[in-house]
Amino acid sequence: MSAAKSNLETLPRGVRVVLFLGLIALLIFPFVGTEFYTQTVTRMMILAIFAMSLDLLQGVTGMVSLGHAAYFGLAGYVLAFVMPQSEAISLWWSLPLAVLASGLAALVIGFFVVRTHGIYFIMVTMAFAQMVFFLFFDNRALGGSDGIYVYFRPTMAVGSTTLLDLDNKVSLYYLTLALLLLVYVFLRRLLWSPFGRALAGIRVNEHRMRAMGFGTFAYKLSAFTLAGALAGLAGYLWGVVTGYINPELMGFHMSAHAIMMVILGGMGNFAGAIVGAFTFEYVLHLFKDLPYVGDVHLGKHWQLWMGSFIVLVVLFAPRGVLGLVQSLTGGRRKKADGDA
Amino acid sequence: MDFPTFLIQLLNSVQYGLLLFMLAAGLTLIFGIMGVVNLAHGSFYMLGAYMAFTFTSQFGSLALAIIGGTALAVLFGLLLEWLLFRHFYQRDHLDQVLLTFGLIYIFEEMRSILWGDDVHGVPVPELLRYSIPLTENLSYPVYRLFIAGLCILLALGLYLLISRTRLGMKIRAGAFNRDMAEALGVNIKLIHAIVFAMGVGLAAFAGIIAAPISSVYPNMGSQVLIMCFVVVVIGGIGSVRGALIAALLVGLVDTFGKVLLPQVAGMLVYMLMAAVLLWKPEGLFKA
Repeated sequence: MSAAKSNLETLPRGVRVVLFLGLIALLIFPFVGTEFYTQTVTRMMILAIFAMSLDLLQGVTGMVSLGHAAYFGLAGYVLAFVMPQSEAISLWWSLPLAVLASGLAALVIGFFVVRTHGIYFIMVTMAFAQMVFFLFFDNRALGGSDGIYVYFRPTMAVGSTTLLDLDNKVSLYYLTLALLLLVYVFLRRLLWSPFGRALAGIRVNEHRMRAMGFGTFAYKLSAFTLAGALAGLAGYLWGVVTGYINPELMGFHMSAHAIMMVILGGMGNFAGAIVGAFTFEYVLHLFKDLPYVGDVHLGKHWQLWMGSFIVLVVLFAPRGVLGLVQSLTGGRRKKADGDA
Repeated sequence: MDFPTFLIQLLNSVQYGLLLFMLAAGLTLIFGIMGVVNLAHGSFYMLGAYMAFTFTSQFGSLALAIIGGTALAVLFGLLLEWLLFRHFYQRDHLDQVLLTFGLIYIFEEMRSILWGDDVHGVPVPELLRYSIPLTENLSYPVYRLFIAGLCILLALGLYLLISRTRLGMKIRAGAFNRDMAEALGVNIKLIHAIVFAMGVGLAAFAGIIAAPISSVYPNMGSQVLIMCFVVVVIGGIGSVRGALIAALLVGLVDTFGKVLLPQVAGMLVYMLMAAVLLWKPEGLFKA
């Protein structure tokens, strides 16, 4: 089990300052960025929610899931199925429904996978995600390999007054930002709750936790279900923002990207997952937009750059961006805990 | 389903299962002995298939592809082990997952640069290009029987190598207790390199002999990789015998599923895996 690489559960001041500056940048971004970039950042924030949900498993509990994208995509599909082609439906019930569906799927699959450990857990989560993938990929009725459109953006109204018009890109941006903050605060509090401490205990030494009388199966299953539900929240938003859901969103690459985001930022503290999601997406765009050099279109070979980037990060920066920020801002005292 | 159709599907499923075994054997050995999760294993299968394409179109001989391609793959495996994998045996599974995922991207792009993104066919060798008639309008291609035969031969060779030779004894000792084996003078680094290269060679071999019936196309590695994961999970990590039985089982379920229950065929093997896990959480044959 990937144990004991606990990173920055308590964030040092330097890191907190950087995060706060990041938040301010996100708050004012729609006023300075173009509409295109506002949408790009909206997607990054959604992926940040997705990455945080995985961090609960990967960084906090020490369960490396290679199938987390299934719950992300599933909620998107739920949105697509309940959205009629004629009119928009309300967010008030479609969002909980989608999140519930993802949570339920995670509960059922979790029941099978949580009893496995280490390599088994990795492979089994991946295989189950693949099962969900093929369910949608093989069935025309569920959209098939082409995917399915979300015809309208859901409405947010109280009585007859519209609270927030989600067709407006900027409103959608701030809704996503608000949910990102909400999920972050929720998960940070969870991390320091007795439940979160038990999960961290399971990561460090599951046998000892059992010996102390913790029913680790129930704890792990709860974490798995919660993580699935939060991934569902991100998937729902993805459907709202892009208006289109396809099986690739549940695929193996999507799951692996999420793992990479969590690693890239620094895992186990949720702030790292956010930083990682932004960094990963930025780097991906950067590689895809590389210019021509002579006759060679460098951007066309983005897979080569991305692959090399991932390999280099694993080789040389396994503690992620926040680890770098920490050492740059001089959090030396904390370093010992960070590697404990 | 009448008997000849049944027989054809049965032969298909055995042939598919044996092919899966060639891949899963390497994967399960690498898991079991070095403790490495190798997501890039499917890429070696793809590499084999593309080498089959190059060898047959350049020299017109699949036999040459089988020998030369496998040899090249083994060398490639040795290089890769020396350069990267050797440094990851003691590291977190998480790091291994990411390393090998990064490698998938790199291998895919190298494939795209070297061979392009087109789908290619590989001709069945002249000698084996006929079918055995079963009824008036049903027949079975000899090449598929040839694949099954080759795989059985190799599986037998693998069994003898592991259970009857000095090298096999050292491999088993290394898997059982790495430190103890090392203390007794087994060069464990060399054993690891050999096992890894053998796994790469087997995967490439499977890709080469499968190329004439499956054609050669981008991303062909990932599909087969996930199937291999299922096989390894069902069989039990590190167990070659388990991998053989699980591969045949998966071949059977997948092939007959596609005929009998086409709507859920893609999901059936995963359901099989779920059932096995409920019954035996560590696979059928825990190594």
